[in-house]
Amino acid sequence: MMDAYSILWADLMALKRRWPRYILTTLVSPILYLVAFGWGLGRGINLNGASYLEFVIPGIIALTAMTTSFNGAGTRLNVDRLYFKSFDECLMAPIGLTSLLIGKALIGVVRGLVSSVAFLIVALIIAPQIHIGPQFLLGLLLTCLTFAFLGVLAALLARSHEDMATFGSLILMPMTFLGGTFFSLNQVPAGLKLALYALPLTHASVFLRAAALNQSLPWNSFLVLLAFFVAFLAGGMIALKRISI
Amino acid sequence: MSAMIEISGLRKSYSGKMVVDGLDLSVDRGELFGFLGPNGAGKTTTIRILTTLTKPTSGQVLINGIDVTRDPASVKSEFGIVQQHLSLNRDLTIAENLELHARMHHLSGRERKERIEELLDYVELSDHADYLIDDVSGGMKRRAMIARALIHRPKLLFLDEPTVGLDAQTRRRVWDLIRKMNSDGTTVFLTTHYIEEAEALCQRVGVLHHGSIIAIGSPLNLRMKLGMITVEITLNGNSTQYRYFPDRAQAAQFLQTLTTTERVIMRESNLEDVFVELTGQKVLGD
Repeated sequence: MMDAYSILWADLMALKRRWPRYILTTLVSPILYLVAFGWGLGRGINLNGASYLEFVIPGIIALTAMTTSFNGAGTRLNVDRLYFKSFDECLMAPIGLTSLLIGKALIGVVRGLVSSVAFLIVALIIAPQIHIGPQFLLGLLLTCLTFAFLGVLAALLARSHEDMATFGSLILMPMTFLGGTFFSLNQVPAGLKLALYALPLTHASVFLRAAALNQSLPWNSFLVLLAFFVAFLAGGMIALKRISI
Repeated sequence: MSAMIEISGLRKSYSGKMVVDGLDLSVDRGELFGFLGPNGAGKTTTIRILTTLTKPTSGQVLINGIDVTRDPASVKSEFGIVQQHLSLNRDLTIAENLELHARMHHLSGRERKERIEELLDYVELSDHADYLIDDVSGGMKRRAMIARALIHRPKLLFLDEPTVGLDAQTRRRVWDLIRKMNSDGTTVFLTTHYIEEAEALCQRVGVLHHGSIIAIGSPLNLRMKLGMITVEITLNGNSTQYRYFPDRAQAAQFLQTLTTTERVIMRESNLEDVFVELTGQKVLGD
């Protein structure tokens, strides 16, 4: 694990140097979503016994965790690997592939947690009734881990920056709006609902929302998210083995 | 004592195209060896195999007696590399880049501190230790990469086009540093497309062409084999022919046979003449 920390250490140094700017920029999107959907479109709407603002905040947190974890791990690795070629330095260092994979993913996890917690603080000022307990934090951590490893996997498979952009447009963007973030899945037709449950963000949103609204926890969603995490980790390991000797 | 690098029957093909084709090469401990080749000769692929980044199709590579393919983890501690492109972490300072590398090579906290100070002094960057990478000159970046490559005291250093893009003054400063490292006992494996760089620095050079070594020896020996004197004959103001002679007397004798309408230059042969004769090409980056 010390090797994984060594990889993470470099990003912690960079983050330490720029944390005010990082937090400011990372808050822009979720706050815009909050204003547009929570205060704008959703004013006066009640969903599952909660105001739309309370409903949408956990979804935006899941979305923030997904975006920042994926980009923190994946986009940075893609640039390091294909543009700066500094990833080769890691491959030539005497560190295990597992440590390298975990270290690269942890960069996304840390960035995802920092961004999500920063938004959570803003959200708690607006909606103090939201419940933040250990289950919520556990769900948030698993969300960050899942999407950070997805980012690493995508970056290791990508052969160009365009591949990464395509992945974002075809996978992340639809998930942003369809992953149970802004609307209840009970409102969509059964067939579409089934398809939406194939998305990891749906399970993250569902679990975080239930935890934040102090409802009975959908552990099935937690387990599905865990399965996605294991699949992305295993996929990342296979991809890393393929590009190293 | 075994060689520092021992390559035998090395082959690498991509989609059926042989890029490295039966390469045999031995580099002695403490040697400063130049690896030359035209664009596409297979230099980069060979270095990637030597540094564990690419798996060979067949053949064997031993670095300090360790098989690169069978035990890449052990080999990684034996060498350092300065890549052609800037591979420093731009989010970090010069000192932090060194620290990152030291951490990846498992140096203890105390060792890291001492080694970073020692190496920054060695490459004369102590005053710029806390500068971010984008805030220093190209020459400083290159010296920082050299310091980083030396952090774990490697016995072998790969330098892949170490002075590309540097001005003449900075290039000579890097040359001094390369000589200093070599005289301190580090084996240096250098690729360059600056032919004068290989001539100025290397004890031996190997010329790679179509994936295999076609000539190897000291720059002086290779020049002697070609002929120490070159005569350049420019015909009708455009195409130039080259003739090589063992000494000035024989070259002068040849000159007397030429007509006066030809422009003629007599000079000492250099490694570039050897290279062009062998490969039919000017040296270009691989």
